[in-house]
Amino acid sequence: MDKDLAGALLRTMWRIRCFEERVAQLKRSLVVHGLIHLSIGGEGVAAAVCAQLRDDDAVYSGHRAHGHAIAKGAPVDRVMAELMGRADGICQGLGGSMHLVDSEHGFMGATGVVGGNLPLALGTALAQHLRGADRVTVVFFGDGAVQAGHFNETINLAALWRLPVIFVCENNGFAEFTSREEHSTIERVSDVVAPYGFDRETVNGSEVPAVYAAFGAFLKEARAGRGPFLLECLTYRRRGHYEGDQQKYRDAAAEVQWRERDPIARLTESLIDADTAAEIEREAAAEVDAAVSFARASPFPDPAIVSDLVYAR
Amino acid sequence: MAREIPYIAAVEEAVFEEMGRDDTVLFYGQDVAPSDDNRFVQAYGRDRVRVSPISETAEIGMAVGLGLAGYRPVVELLMAEFMLVAMNQVVNEAPKLRYMSGGQVKVPVVFKAGYGFTAGWSGQHTGSIYGAFMGFPGLKIALPSTPADAKGLMTTAIRDDNPVCYLINYLLVLEHGDVPEGEHAVPFGEAAIRRSGSDVTIVATGWTVGRALAAAETLAGEGIQAEVIDPRTLNPLDTDTILSSVAKTGRLVLVDQGTRHGGASAVIAAEVAEHGFGSLKAPIAQVTALDVTVPYSEPMEAFVLPNEEKIAVSVRQVLGEAPVAA
Repeated sequence: MDKDLAGALLRTMWRIRCFEERVAQLKRSLVVHGLIHLSIGGEGVAAAVCAQLRDDDAVYSGHRAHGHAIAKGAPVDRVMAELMGRADGICQGLGGSMHLVDSEHGFMGATGVVGGNLPLALGTALAQHLRGADRVTVVFFGDGAVQAGHFNETINLAALWRLPVIFVCENNGFAEFTSREEHSTIERVSDVVAPYGFDRETVNGSEVPAVYAAFGAFLKEARAGRGPFLLECLTYRRRGHYEGDQQKYRDAAAEVQWRERDPIARLTESLIDADTAAEIEREAAAEVDAAVSFARASPFPDPAIVSDLVYAR
Repeated sequence: MAREIPYIAAVEEAVFEEMGRDDTVLFYGQDVAPSDDNRFVQAYGRDRVRVSPISETAEIGMAVGLGLAGYRPVVELLMAEFMLVAMNQVVNEAPKLRYMSGGQVKVPVVFKAGYGFTAGWSGQHTGSIYGAFMGFPGLKIALPSTPADAKGLMTTAIRDDNPVCYLINYLLVLEHGDVPEGEHAVPFGEAAIRRSGSDVTIVATGWTVGRALAAAETLAGEGIQAEVIDPRTLNPLDTDTILSSVAKTGRLVLVDQGTRHGGASAVIAAEVAEHGFGSLKAPIAQVTALDVTVPYSEPMEAFVLPNEEKIAVSVRQVLGEAPVAA
């Protein structure tokens, strides 16, 4: 991976990291209200995948969606305003952290029910097939979604109709509060889909160039109308399931693991000089500072609009 | 020009004609067009007419995704109760995405399903469950009661930019009636006054509209003029037409094939109690299915359902011409 590309990916990761660290602070002080799930530690996957997508490619995410939205192009200030419930929020303050949408950039939706986003991806992928376009659909989900029925229904139909969808599983080893071995006898998600016969791969999600290369290979195929594909990224969830989670299920080894698994640290050590990395971090922090100011200055929505958007007219 | 065709043919005609008018209309579901001599397949091809596996969650969620991408899918779900398998997609994704996105997206999809087949299909294939869907803002509900409306409401459902549960009453599928040829759209939220009358308002849905009209004939012989209103869509609900009628008659009998608690008639009763109380000369009466799972045995099945006789008895009671049951 060349240094310019590594720098661009690092920039995206730092924008997500700074954003989420600030969200954690703002949640503690209740400036951000509501249920918040952070992806700190998993930014490498969002960055490496979305950097290769266009605005006319569709992306879906789940409850841990900030990073995917930002990497797909959602403006940080409007996402921050959304988390604060403000009128200038990207969803006018009506969706919040778990329901981010930025249709202009092809971020077609985060859904709050684990795995509920999976079948939606079939629809945009079928639309892309019908139009004969080289667009693709990517759906992010966690290992916890794999044990739900909608996962199997979706995988089966995607394989049956050979839809151009790339399933990106962020396997962080925890389904909410419990470890994968308490949920399934199958360790690797890529093994779960093996009988369907489509291409699948498991990579270290903390190793950004590996994610980039594996996803890029699938993307090239999907752009030619082939599919589906599944990319499993083994990631590390630095924080709890939600902000406020006591994490009693975590052991002391976690801190040691973190030093090994931080995708930002790994990419920086291997490909970026320290001054450049520090500059990228400073720029990202400044962007988030500005986003917080923007969001604080935005009013809360006018209650008069509350029923306006229930129906399309 | 209108000609007489069965209700079920009218439903199909609307889907077929809308597919001809608009390339973005798709039709898929379980057992749709299993062979290539199907007229939908012959006219529109296998890309737009698809057989899906028995995967309600995937079928309905895929429709939502197609809607987000600019298509107008009609999903054949056969039985309304099969939607319960995919409740998250029906009520938690489809009707909420537009709102939660701050209006950035729309979900123009039709969930086509049958209900109410009280012909021995028993506990999981006969339920009139649409009352449960009335509590989800964003989800429209159409209940055609005539062949003409079966066509007209389906046309409107397909053109609507919101998710619509279009529910076919399986007791009506072979009923014949005049149906306009060519383009025919019935607007949502406009009740039909099926019979005019000055003494009592009967609001009935789906199959019970015919039962209410039959009861009204009987009552006319007794000098009672009943007005029969068919809301045609439960969401949007034309409360104005119902309230205007109650203002005229002062009496209201609600008839529905669904259960009473949490059902359509309870919602209409609440609207009239709140906004039309001053017009009422007698308590509102509800003639619904009993609050039980529809039983299999034929006499038992008939016992739990509303019928012409129960409607007539209820009308006489609200008019003070029959003793009110203890």
